[in-house]
Amino acid sequence: MSDKIIKNGRVVTDDRLTVALAEGEAPADIAVPAGPVLVPLAVWQARRDELLARARSGEVGVWLAAGEDVVALADDLELLQVIGLHFPKFTDGRSYSAATLLRTRHQYRGELRAIGEVLRDQFNYMTRCGFDALQPRAERYSDEQLAAAVASIDDFTEPYQRSVKDPLPLFRRVDRGAGSQVQA
Amino acid sequence: MYQYDEHDQRLLDERVAQFRDQMHRHLAGELSADEFRPLRLQNGLYIQRQAPMFRISVPYGHLASRQLRKLAHLARSYDRGYAHFTTRTNVQFNWPKLEDVPEMLAELATVQMHANQTSGNCIRNITADPFAGVAADEVADPRPFAEILRQWATYNPEFAFLPRKFKIAFNSAAEDRVVLRVYDIGLDLVRNEAGELGFRVLVGGGLGRTPILGEEIKPFLPWQHLISYCEAILRVYNRWGRRDNLWKARIKILVKALGPEEFGRQVEEEWANGKDGPNTITEAELARVAAHFAPPAYETLPAHDAAFDELLADNKAFATWVKRNVRAHRQPGYAAVVLSLKKTGTAPGDVTAEQMDLIADLADRFSFGEARMLHEQNVALADVRRADLFALWQAARDAGLATPNIGLLTDIICCPGGDFCSLANARSIPVADAIQRRFDDLDYQHDIGEIDLNISGCMNSCGHHHVGHIGILGVDKNDAEWYQVSIGGTQGNGTTLGKVIGPSFAQDEIVGVIEKLLQTYVELRHEDERFIDTVQRVGTEPFKARVYADRQPQRKAAHV
Repeated sequence: MSDKIIKNGRVVTDDRLTVALAEGEAPADIAVPAGPVLVPLAVWQARRDELLARARSGEVGVWLAAGEDVVALADDLELLQVIGLHFPKFTDGRSYSAATLLRTRHQYRGELRAIGEVLRDQFNYMTRCGFDALQPRAERYSDEQLAAAVASIDDFTEPYQRSVKDPLPLFRRVDRGAGSQVQA
Repeated sequence: MYQYDEHDQRLLDERVAQFRDQMHRHLAGELSADEFRPLRLQNGLYIQRQAPMFRISVPYGHLASRQLRKLAHLARSYDRGYAHFTTRTNVQFNWPKLEDVPEMLAELATVQMHANQTSGNCIRNITADPFAGVAADEVADPRPFAEILRQWATYNPEFAFLPRKFKIAFNSAAEDRVVLRVYDIGLDLVRNEAGELGFRVLVGGGLGRTPILGEEIKPFLPWQHLISYCEAILRVYNRWGRRDNLWKARIKILVKALGPEEFGRQVEEEWANGKDGPNTITEAELARVAAHFAPPAYETLPAHDAAFDELLADNKAFATWVKRNVRAHRQPGYAAVVLSLKKTGTAPGDVTAEQMDLIADLADRFSFGEARMLHEQNVALADVRRADLFALWQAARDAGLATPNIGLLTDIICCPGGDFCSLANARSIPVADAIQRRFDDLDYQHDIGEIDLNISGCMNSCGHHHVGHIGILGVDKNDAEWYQVSIGGTQGNGTTLGKVIGPSFAQDEIVGVIEKLLQTYVELRHEDERFIDTVQRVGTEPFKARVYADRQPQRKAAHV
């Protein structure tokens, strides 16, 4: 498990464990380790009462698989300080919409962490969709590469469309009518 | 056409820098082939059969003369002196070097061109009626909306990794010139009874392995809501479209599974959250973008020109060209001209660097410096004075761009096929070439009249064979190239999908099959009836019977 993630544009040390259910394992039966963890939605739903205090303190967060509907957490957003959204493949874009919905429709203000196949070439898109924590797969990047990857967050400085990061589209953010055309 | 301001240019320059770095990291081994793949595809770069293939975006088909000259320059400097114009109004280079592509992108950016999202599972190049702004049958100019949606789709972070590719087209005329019903989203700009502008929204069309025609999910969407509504469609698709099976991942499969009504209901439910929000297009933004598409400085000309009429009467070849390749224009004294890229002996859609330079010159001389690409793989000059048509014809003819075959048998839509494309099951260019050579006689072609012949080298249907009056599809059988023939497909209003007439053919049989189809048509046709009208009137049976008449019924026998 990598102990470095990018949080709010900085590389920070992080020892939060992501708990996954092995095949055939029942959510009610698994041991939830002590210390900071992200547990699967099914575990949270099965063990909510037991994990409530640890969730309030920020120690326990919940992660959603790419196909899981964010509505499942709608009633718990006030008490969850960390939510993970999983990218099973970096080309699976469902968690971009999930992040957008959590941040906009559901007004989630806690940490939103991209986990799984998280590549630096997606950092810009991820942060614009509302992820403030980016956790690449363990050993995907060396410390130096991860530090260099922070720059990718700013690949596009003034995007056209609205997103979580830029709540207004470019045509409402700036007066483009006054902009001079570029001579080609 | 749309001119970049500093914001557009900065974004594009940032993209060039981003891809340069990605290529660098890939070549250095930091970015694996698998990880690099979607990134290079979203920058137009394929790894193909012969060499990399590089696909450049031409939004709604508009090309300025300086852009054409840049393409000619790229063809000379980085390729083999020619380019290929595609059915998606993109431009493809077939022989670039992988490591040259960042520099090619940098060169393109100097003329406001790019290869953004020309491939990959994202929102692709947005197309529109090639005669937008000049057609007499147009309700309103759809191009400002196409541009507004292009900007929304460009590097859209939420929709960069969709289940599958996503194609959007705009039309706004009595005649559907973009084939709206074969797009993931087809947007028809219309006026409602109150005279307000808005869109009839069609969703879930597409060709490929499972051809499906799009269905209307909203009869009238006020234009202000174009972005928010499309966002709702894309969000429903991104969340709930299938990702388990590549062949079932297009939005058409989701729409079909849910039914257009239920899909439309889910979109409405999603849209309710974004409607009237910041994505609502403002009058000011529409006006800003629309100003880029203001009509050029037309001269006030008489609708009639005696000298032109005289040239028509005196020169049969010119008159034939005018009849086939020149279209009416809403401005008196002007016409829209289609330059044919279908001269027998060249692959349909292939253009040499010299021809691109010449088209640029012709555009400057005769059409306000702008050319337009058609999905039929031809090029139009949209604003030509009728008085200039003769001079234009002469210059175009000298360059092999004035074949008077628009809409005729040799104006074949054809994908690059197995000669270039690694997806293809069969070659398509040699088939097109054989047909063009056999039916090169223009008198015969004019007698046969309008006919759409479309060829695809594989199920992905880049040659749009499903909507050809005659469609030819390359299929693979026991590692050999075979061709399946369909008839009865149409594009445009009342788009229909063709029906396969029977077992497939070897390459050397195809010309004979086309011959028999045409003979059957000639024998059965009523006066002034096009091939497709005859097929629709009599059905496919007489055509089948003729084509398979002298074939041994081996397949039937096998079942006995």
